[in-house]
Amino acid sequence: MFRTLTLTVSLALSAALILPAAAGAQDGGPLRIEITDGVVEPMSVAIPAFFGDAEIAGKIRDVVARDLTGTGLFREIPAEAQTARPGSFAEAVSYQDWRAVNAQALVTAEVTRSGDNISVKFRLFDIFAGQPQGDGMQFDARAGDWRRAAHKIADQIYARLTGEQPYFDSRVAFVQETGPKDARIKRIGVMDYDGANPLWMTDSSSLVLAPKFSGDGRQIAYTSYDSGFPQLRILDVATVQSRPLTQGGDSMAFSPAFSPDGRWIAYSLEKGGNTDIWLMDAASGAQRPLTEAPSIETSPSFSPDGRRVVFESDRSGTPQLYIVGIDGGEPTRISFGEGRYGTPVWSPKGDLIAYTHQIGDRFRIGVMRTDGSDQKTLTESFLDEGPTWAPNGRVVMFTRVTPGGNGQPRLHSVDITGRNMRPLDLDFAASDPSWGPLLP
Amino acid sequence: MNAVTKTACAAALLALTACAQPAPPVTAPVVDPYANIGAGARYQGDLASGLLGGQATAEYFRGTIGDTVLFAADQTTLTSDARAILARQAEWLNQHGNFSAVVQGHAEETGTREYNLALGARRASAVQEYLIAQGVAASRIRTLSFGKERPAEVCSDEACWAKNRRAVTVVSETGAGS
Repeated sequence: MFRTLTLTVSLALSAALILPAAAGAQDGGPLRIEITDGVVEPMSVAIPAFFGDAEIAGKIRDVVARDLTGTGLFREIPAEAQTARPGSFAEAVSYQDWRAVNAQALVTAEVTRSGDNISVKFRLFDIFAGQPQGDGMQFDARAGDWRRAAHKIADQIYARLTGEQPYFDSRVAFVQETGPKDARIKRIGVMDYDGANPLWMTDSSSLVLAPKFSGDGRQIAYTSYDSGFPQLRILDVATVQSRPLTQGGDSMAFSPAFSPDGRWIAYSLEKGGNTDIWLMDAASGAQRPLTEAPSIETSPSFSPDGRRVVFESDRSGTPQLYIVGIDGGEPTRISFGEGRYGTPVWSPKGDLIAYTHQIGDRFRIGVMRTDGSDQKTLTESFLDEGPTWAPNGRVVMFTRVTPGGNGQPRLHSVDITGRNMRPLDLDFAASDPSWGPLLP
Repeated sequence: MNAVTKTACAAALLALTACAQPAPPVTAPVVDPYANIGAGARYQGDLASGLLGGQATAEYFRGTIGDTVLFAADQTTLTSDARAILARQAEWLNQHGNFSAVVQGHAEETGTREYNLALGARRASAVQEYLIAQGVAASRIRTLSFGKERPAEVCSDEACWAKNRRAVTVVSETGAGS
């Protein structure tokens, strides 16, 4: 049961999200950290204690700081070095003092609370240019949604300082795993991108696999064994009600994926042992095959314009990646490297495809351009699989499974430069992440 | 009765320090629990008992016929060992028309979740086709795949993986026959 969110933005949020080329039109351009494949020196950001309601202001400040430093692109000026802390949110910034401690950017904020509501004002400053970077903004939210307010502020700072679209105020659907390896109990959850606020979408009574968010984040399609046989179900995130999308007979349905506009659901349908990709019209339920081959075709993922689908197929003898238009036709193979390729997912930016790559007994998460060029390995372990894209196409989350009878799956994220791989801070085992959209 | 008598006498001995005669030896006949049974021995004694199930049980199918066939890595073709087991399964199914079967296909943990589901489906289907070719009615056999979700063995090396690349035929009584 999701509480209705009442996050409102006092300034025009849509205008503010148009990225800050205009926002810092001073000489030398805006303060900007360039994300390249080379080694990056993190930008130093001072985030002194937020003013106002001490308890909630402290929590919001910490989440903002964790969001930013968690990218690996920013480092925080430690509190003891903050000799120039202003006395109030309104007080003028002493740029010279912040320069002295090598702060490149400064975040100030004030939190006011009235009853169940909070209001958070923040400003971002370019210390060396000696001026604000972009307009100050205010976010109003229910007190219980203080984390979202924090993520919104961090998103603004991230977008203004990197020139990229933000991604912190987003959710991830996933599968929680409990019980022994040969009798795993699985249920679907939804949580904030950083692992906070997990909510359970299914009970543990039947095996569930690979939830996939719809483009608007309101629905989740997944595979369920609740009929005894794997079939697709769809659930409404707000009401936590689910219904079947496919029904048994003598075939098996799994591996669903929404088109970004929600019109189509691509999925794997098995008949007589052979698995192909099918398309379902989400509104009418009408279904038609997208591939028709005696080989295995599975793991579909749509391009951002919804016109093409990337999938894996072993028609060449080993699993490789292919792209086909949604009107059908001959698929184009895009992966040609050593080993086996699977679980391709198209970046929301459209430029890259992330995938699972198996060479021998080792698994990697990689990214390639949509024509298969410029392959880049991001991770490697005993078993890494199932990448999903952050809404800005800069980070992928995936499942890493440790070997052995007590092996456990853990969610990890990694930047598409291959840097900053880290496990999510969860106190349970989890797999099959699906990263939802940036929340409004 | 004898025990009661002995106890009574022992109590009398304690109370009176004498008992006129030594208790007679225990002479009650031992009842043969297998007595008075015609052909086939049927135990009628005190212990709970039941007949062994015979061949018309899922347990017999699992334990004696053999419910599992193994596959080589990434393979879905049946080995000669697998075909021998499936020939026995088919013979049993042909003899026991009141049972239906679900063939569960499985894969080892190496491989993606989605591909392994499809691979397990191919394995289950290979078993189904073989049983049908041996005369079992197609309507009596369903298939599904668990991919890598339900390993038989949990270690992460070839010894376990070899046992997890499998198809398991699970039979259950349909009652009405077919």
